[in-house]
Amino acid sequence: MTSASSVTRKSVPLVLAGLAALVVAGCERPPQETVQSGYRGLGMEAVINPRILQAKLNQNAPPVPEPPAEPAPVKASQVYQNVQVLGELSVTEFTRQMIAMGKWIAGDLPEAEQCGYCHNTENFALDDKYTKTVARSMLALTLNTNAAWKIHVADTGVTCYTCHRGKGVPANAWTSDPGPGKPEGFVSTGQNVGAAAVGYTSLPYDPLTPFLEQDNEISVISTQALPPGGGESRKSIKQAEWSYALMMHVSQSLGVNCTFCHNSRSFFDWDQSTQQRTTAWYAIRHVRELNNEYIQPLKDILPASRKGPLGDPLKVTCSTCHNGAYKPLFGASMLKDYPGLAGPLPIKTAAAASPR
Amino acid sequence: MAEYQNIFTQVQVRSPAYPGVPLEGGHWVRQGQPFFNYWAGKIGDAQIGPIYLGGTGVASLICGFIAIEIIGLNMWASVDWNPIEFIRQLPWLALEPPPPAYGLRIPPLNDGGWWLLAGFFLTTSIILWWVRTYRRAVALGIGTHMAWAFAAAIWLYLVLGFIRPILMGSWAEAVPFGIFPHLDWTAAFSIRYGNLFYNPFHMLSIAFLYGSTLLFAMHGATILAVSRYGGDREIDQVTDRGTAAERAALFWRWTMGFNATMESIHRWAWWFAVLTVITGGIGILLTGTVVDNWYLWGVKHGIAPAYPPIPHSLPDASLLPGGAP
Repeated sequence: MTSASSVTRKSVPLVLAGLAALVVAGCERPPQETVQSGYRGLGMEAVINPRILQAKLNQNAPPVPEPPAEPAPVKASQVYQNVQVLGELSVTEFTRQMIAMGKWIAGDLPEAEQCGYCHNTENFALDDKYTKTVARSMLALTLNTNAAWKIHVADTGVTCYTCHRGKGVPANAWTSDPGPGKPEGFVSTGQNVGAAAVGYTSLPYDPLTPFLEQDNEISVISTQALPPGGGESRKSIKQAEWSYALMMHVSQSLGVNCTFCHNSRSFFDWDQSTQQRTTAWYAIRHVRELNNEYIQPLKDILPASRKGPLGDPLKVTCSTCHNGAYKPLFGASMLKDYPGLAGPLPIKTAAAASPR
Repeated sequence: MAEYQNIFTQVQVRSPAYPGVPLEGGHWVRQGQPFFNYWAGKIGDAQIGPIYLGGTGVASLICGFIAIEIIGLNMWASVDWNPIEFIRQLPWLALEPPPPAYGLRIPPLNDGGWWLLAGFFLTTSIILWWVRTYRRAVALGIGTHMAWAFAAAIWLYLVLGFIRPILMGSWAEAVPFGIFPHLDWTAAFSIRYGNLFYNPFHMLSIAFLYGSTLLFAMHGATILAVSRYGGDREIDQVTDRGTAAERAALFWRWTMGFNATMESIHRWAWWFAVLTVITGGIGILLTGTVVDNWYLWGVKHGIAPAYPPIPHSLPDASLLPGGAP
């Protein structure tokens, strides 16, 4: 036996150990618990790691509510000028709401400067800061969501904090993704790069523009066993890849797997789907409305820092509110502490509040 | 004592380099000076070469090179010719077939045309290589079983990338060239057509695939287990009593009551392997052309059981009022 081959022999276990370490490096440390959510044998189950869930719970805890306002017989609109959305609140509740909004949206500023994030502090009634116009539109969005989209947000509702979490811009906002740079004459297929938005698959990397801004058809699976005759337009595998990409995004945004909504033996079948799928169906329409009715119209007043490379404003998607939780803030309702956000929009001011 | 073993041989059998049986006239000669490789000898025969390429082999390699070049350069262009991104993102990159709008027309090169060209050269390369396997078998005076097994795999390849897209009237139905992209395509294909698991030919293909691995494990284990009696020299022993061959057969007769023979086990293995891709190809060919949703087809034919409904399950939301703005 030569010394060279004995060195080789000794290094083999080391190399094997190194390769094994590489293989398991991407794995999640146990324990994993499974919770069954469908009939037995269907594999409809959530996989929960208590350690990771605890970390998520800590990240998604609601802030302590502001102390209740003293009752006051005077409305905000009677005291302040240019109060278009929340004018019906009592003046004390209005002030309390404004203080909370300062913390929810400008939480990284010192408390004394939070009002100034949106307001001209010389004259609070002026609309000269774009942030104030945006905030008014966002209030309208919130009130309309809580009043008209209960089928999505239930009585839990949303507040500014659901998305903003103390920041001027929610962490999970999105803009249309033009993809990586391409040489001249290269026709992009809109897919085949490792994109975080679709769970690092090679699926189309921007499924949000066609489905959460535009209203392209999402369902691609045939509802009959045999192919339709007579030239009926059929769905292609490529269309299926776009829908699949959107579903990957929804799944990541909510921290759930396919079977949270679907029985994966038959993805299209509503009779075998869970109730959550119906909620998600409405949620997709809701998010489309938010983006088109409340955010796109702000395009002209937003600075470039609030827009994407294609000039579209930062928009809403599932993860904007959900932040990886199957219910935003794991179902904690902040709305009950801030009844002024429950909506509906005051009819007289709805037109004025809408930036269009 | 040193022992000859099939895997990780402790003793390497070395004979003088041997060019192989003589070829008849009219053929190229085998090329290259044979040499020995210690590591190759660990798992197989230590002698490397000489090799026979011939006209079809050379043409196949050229066509294969052109195909890989087209695919690789398109992938590289898709990351703006950035060499680092090309390496980093290689598993995600792809050359996609033309968009559905083109149907079966010839698209511009940069919108699927390169895919057609790459497919043409890859297919030519594969078919030339098939001709080579067939002709090498004939030249050696052996059967053409390997060529027909390879043809079975080519059948599946052609169904996926050529025959089915033509029947569907759209190149877009074909598979992209790419590592993750072809896997994501496979998942999307199954989803679009209502779950391939309910496709009986998919079931058959899986049965033959898993059956192949089982047979391979049984046969490999049996021969290794009797190699101490010279079981690897099976043909010498097949008709004699008390040999490794008979012990191997007796093991299975005792455990299962039935045994393959030294010859028939290879027929089993060959058929399982080729039926994997033949049935798989039939299953793909029927998808979209005659069946649009395999799950519903399964329900219609009583192979998909019904389960109790999920509590709170609601009807099709697209039929409910109030959702759409």
